[in-house]
Amino acid sequence: MTDRSDQQAISGAASLIRALEESGVDTVFGIPGGAILPAYDPLLDSTRLRHILVRHEQGAGHAATGYAQATGRVGVCMATSGPGATNLVTPIADAHMDSVPLVAITGQVASTHIGTDAFQEADIVGITLPITKHSFLVSRADEIARTVAEAFHIASTGRPGPVLIDVTKDALQSLTDFSWPVELNLPGYRPVSKPHAKQVREAAKMLTEAKRPVLYIGGGVLKARATTEFRVLAELTEAPVVTTLMARGAFPDSHPLHLGMPGMHGTVAAVTALQKADLIVALGTRFDDRVTGKLASFAPHAKVVHADIDPAEISKNRTADVPIVGDCREVIADLVVAVQAEHAAGRRGDYAGWWEQLNAWRRTYPLGYDLPKDGSLAPQQVIERLGRIAGPETIFAAGVGQHQMWASQFISYENPYTWLNSGGAGTMGYAVPAAMGAKVGMPDRTVWAIDGDGCFQMTNQELATCAINEIPIKVAVINNGSLGMVRQWQTLFYGKRYSNTDLHSRRIPDFVKLAEAYGCVGLRCESPEDLDKTIEQAMAIDDAPVVVDFVVHQDAMVWPMVPAGVGNDEILAAQDVRPDFGDGEE
Amino acid sequence: MSRHTLSVLVENKPGVLTRVAGLFARRDFNIESLAVGPTEHEDVSRITLVVTVEEHPLEQVTKQLNKLINVLKIVELDSSASVQRELLLVKVRCDQETRAEVLATVQLFRAKIVDVATDAVTVEATGDREKIEALLRVLEPFGIKELVQSGMVAIGRGSRSIADRPLRAVSPEEVRAHHEGGSHSAHNGHSTSNATRDTHNRTHRKQVSDHHG
Repeated sequence: MTDRSDQQAISGAASLIRALEESGVDTVFGIPGGAILPAYDPLLDSTRLRHILVRHEQGAGHAATGYAQATGRVGVCMATSGPGATNLVTPIADAHMDSVPLVAITGQVASTHIGTDAFQEADIVGITLPITKHSFLVSRADEIARTVAEAFHIASTGRPGPVLIDVTKDALQSLTDFSWPVELNLPGYRPVSKPHAKQVREAAKMLTEAKRPVLYIGGGVLKARATTEFRVLAELTEAPVVTTLMARGAFPDSHPLHLGMPGMHGTVAAVTALQKADLIVALGTRFDDRVTGKLASFAPHAKVVHADIDPAEISKNRTADVPIVGDCREVIADLVVAVQAEHAAGRRGDYAGWWEQLNAWRRTYPLGYDLPKDGSLAPQQVIERLGRIAGPETIFAAGVGQHQMWASQFISYENPYTWLNSGGAGTMGYAVPAAMGAKVGMPDRTVWAIDGDGCFQMTNQELATCAINEIPIKVAVINNGSLGMVRQWQTLFYGKRYSNTDLHSRRIPDFVKLAEAYGCVGLRCESPEDLDKTIEQAMAIDDAPVVVDFVVHQDAMVWPMVPAGVGNDEILAAQDVRPDFGDGEE
Repeated sequence: MSRHTLSVLVENKPGVLTRVAGLFARRDFNIESLAVGPTEHEDVSRITLVVTVEEHPLEQVTKQLNKLINVLKIVELDSSASVQRELLLVKVRCDQETRAEVLATVQLFRAKIVDVATDAVTVEATGDREKIEALLRVLEPFGIKELVQSGMVAIGRGSRSIADRPLRAVSPEEVRAHHEGGSHSAHNGHSTSNATRDTHNRTHRKQVSDHHG
């Protein structure tokens, strides 16, 4: 990057656009409005920035997130003050929970009007304070370029996260000198990346001494782009691997060392492996309650090695015996060297007995589902066939609920960054805009949104954005006519009293017509015989977005399941089926 | 549960106090006392917080505080290794009859009268929490009309300063290296030295946490 400085003064708005360009941004998702309007004028002349005009700011935020998760680059969204900014709150919170590098730029009323309840004024910095990694209120044009540089640095380094830049209208309108690069002034921001060598050696030693180890990996492995290093570590140690919801794709599902996903809807083998382990090596993961179940009874026999870039995650939920602060790629690379040294010294873990037990659980309790007796479509079958036909290069973005869990269970993820979802926040409505963002970032890849009929109705207006901007995503609506996961809980825990979960969305709206109204191709599939044919038909269309309405059986449930608030030993492989773990041995 | 005094050095910027206070609220920690003011560096403010928590949540709160971009350094000041003071202004009812008694009490505590009215005096006192509480207990029977108290401020004993090394900015070269490298990981030239401990006061440095305790 060369030094660039303009001799003549430019507007704050032009400075903002230049700074975005110099930061390497190629795409901005947004909607203009009064306070941000000055920024949209120089944007019109930018040849390096593609602005995608969305239909709702929430769509801009999730699109930027999908873009970031698929590409590893910082996602950028832009909105005006007041309601434009508050519509970004959900995607910002979502990105915060899932550590997504995001820069959100909002217009603010003129600095002279701040605090007067001016038209379209909202204290967006205050509102987003607890859900951003950091935020800036910029009221002087001179501060814009440096703030952009600082925001990108903060969003993309350490534990990634969303950064908000709120710029007042007068700052955008007044004149400033532009120069790049700028000096960052962040004396209090010093993320650690290099792990402590002694701790890493200790972890390697524990791995060779353990009898029942598990490598428990999370989204941090993807964020650190450490999947290659991790595979080396896994194959070197031959320890079993479990990948959290945020880490699906970080280790190939087809790999024999892979036990699947742990947690509330994890595989019996993955959940039980953690429960019975004598050592958990947790890499870039945070012992979320959806993984641990009741914390007091989680993995009671295990010592814990916990490596994370964020010191605050270590020993937050589960006390770590060996804490390691560092970037996952460096931690794993160092761990590989340390384990090799152990092996060279003749110390190697013997997990033969452990694998015998693990393989027995895997054989006895594989993931599976029953086909509906009435011959209708099983949602799991739809998702399984979709994964098979679309192939391992396809990027999948899921909404939140049953379809999300099935998509994490029944699609075989072989490559990193092919599984995008809202893990921490559980944001219904994430899928369509996130798929749109992913497709913009990775235009050569097939991108499927797997959505529920409930989720789909929250953000499907972005189909218009996709159609108009030639972003040919594919959407599978897993239409069971209800808020399926909530309905499942009502079935199991509320005596089948289905309070307000029936959406009637097999009747209204007509998703095929809705797709067509938005300029997309609309398809419908109602029976298993048409399943492959319909998916292939959708796969063959590459010049327009496609929406497929898969009308599926309403009573399908997600299994296995650890009911909320109980220990993971209470996992049910299917309804009323508690696996036999030979509990006598405990 | 035990009481801890945290000295937090922060960038002197708008909204920083909100970030700190908001973090305590969000993580469900209660602040007993809070004082904010300038320091010997004009760019740096100092927040003194008193919290009553268990050891584990204290570690969590310092780690969370350290994550705030505007927080520069956190030091826990042990009461035996620091001077801790609060300021009290209290308006005490007193008439001709009780004035002498009130005055004697004030002198006994090395406090002073800063305002006099016909039926009341205003007393100013500084001291640690115990002294302030004791003074109030003695003044209470006369009748307390109004009371205002500052948060505690505290400073470590001895010659060492809390800011024992210069605060430094990230240079443009590092930014460039980052962007060209396209790396996601943090890259900085800072040493990852272990947390040093003063004799009693614990330093919670921003980069260190391989160590617990």
